[in-house]
Amino acid sequence: MLLRRLLLPLIVIAGLVMVWDLAIRVFAVPPYVVPTPASVGQALVKERARLLDNAIPTILESLGGFALGNLVAIAAALAFVHNKVLERALYPVAVAVRTLPIVAIAPILVLLLGNGYAPKVAIAALITFFPTLVNMVEGLESADVQAMELMHVLSASKTEIVRYVRWPSSLPYLFSAMRIASTSSVLGALVAEWIGTNKGLGYLIVLTTYDFRTALLYAAMVVTSAIALAFFFLVSILEWLLVRWER
Amino acid sequence: MAPVEIACRDVSMVFATSAQPVQALADVTLEVERGDFVSLIGPSGCGKSTLLRLIADVLQPTTGRIEVRGGPAMRARLAREFGFVFQHPGLLLWRTAQDNVSLPLEVGGWGRRHDPPHRPDELLALVGLKGFEHAYPRQLSGGMQQRVSIARALVTGPPILLMDEPFGALDEITRDHLNQELLRIWATTGTTILFVTHSIPEAVYLSNRVLVFSPRPGRVLEQVRIDLPSPRAPSVKDTPEFVKHTAALRRALAQGG
Repeated sequence: MLLRRLLLPLIVIAGLVMVWDLAIRVFAVPPYVVPTPASVGQALVKERARLLDNAIPTILESLGGFALGNLVAIAAALAFVHNKVLERALYPVAVAVRTLPIVAIAPILVLLLGNGYAPKVAIAALITFFPTLVNMVEGLESADVQAMELMHVLSASKTEIVRYVRWPSSLPYLFSAMRIASTSSVLGALVAEWIGTNKGLGYLIVLTTYDFRTALLYAAMVVTSAIALAFFFLVSILEWLLVRWER
Repeated sequence: MAPVEIACRDVSMVFATSAQPVQALADVTLEVERGDFVSLIGPSGCGKSTLLRLIADVLQPTTGRIEVRGGPAMRARLAREFGFVFQHPGLLLWRTAQDNVSLPLEVGGWGRRHDPPHRPDELLALVGLKGFEHAYPRQLSGGMQQRVSIARALVTGPPILLMDEPFGALDEITRDHLNQELLRIWATTGTTILFVTHSIPEAVYLSNRVLVFSPRPGRVLEQVRIDLPSPRAPSVKDTPEFVKHTAALRRALAQGG
């Protein structure tokens, strides 16, 4: 079943690689502009130690940002649902922060937080935060009206209402946000690595672009997208395990 | 005379809406005695569901007094002296039938502080769902979900059952069947039942007393005692006495306009 679902996209990817290879031959594109698929494959094997070295910080930053952004967003959503004044005051601010371009915030955060992991985690968290906040507020409010009335009849406390009704109701919403965030948190970490650092896949991408080492540049992109895909897959598995009733 | 379980005196309810205040109920006075099966019947929007929510302390009346088992409605709610069955089952989709039934035992730790009178699986058997203990709500039909919600309302063994058009969303065959089951449950548990409906035959078939409500603002137009023999079988619906009662109710409802 899983194999059959993987087969079609794999055929499409193989087709695209062939078109890519063919285009380079037909139009005689120089290798420093676009590398051949074979040379990217070679770079992936030969430079694997270097790619892995740079992948680890990116993975850690993405995971850290993903966790932090989701936790803060969930906490904020819970606060908003129980305090409408707070929601009216802070929700627009959250939207405003969202409209700031990440590329512009990144250098500001590097200035503020230094060259270490902190600014990268912060940016990945920022990118994760918004979709989760929006979806969680909606999810927590999506609880069945009659189930909420029942909780009142049972004299349930606010904590019990969250635990028995609101939280489980919000899980499908949380997971659709986390699926978005699983890939965008990697993007956030990558962008943050463009400035003021000397490790990470983002750094490697910028460095190899300047050096015209396009084969390694493409290899770094392949690794980045593999990481994002792996995160997406992990979130999907978690959803499959935890949100059984939606199936 | 049996003790009075539910008493409403001059209860009025006004909802403040953005346009203008809407009066849902006007000076409703009624009494329900222990072991009664009383139906509230009236046109849609006449406030009968609102009255049920006032008795359940989900809403507070604008004026008037409500007593449940000799005390304020809030005391009865905190003491779990009534179970509530809604029009829609409102089951928690992530819990099995049995776990939905046991929810009232978990909330507030009720099941730990009291000796539950029924086991959840026994109640599921009582409502005819033996073998479906581990089914999820999505795997059950609308009628079966409503049975689960009835079992859930009974799990703490409440002396009163408040039912808000519980069979209104079901097809007629399922409804007839569940009416029969409800009478059996009523006979088995001896629970006092206050039942909201807008089906005349359902009200006559189930109740020993029917209160007819006027259109909004709801007032009690008439009280009709249904003196059909108990226990009732579906065949009672073909008798002249049954038809006489439904005709009387229809006239009473028409008189409200």
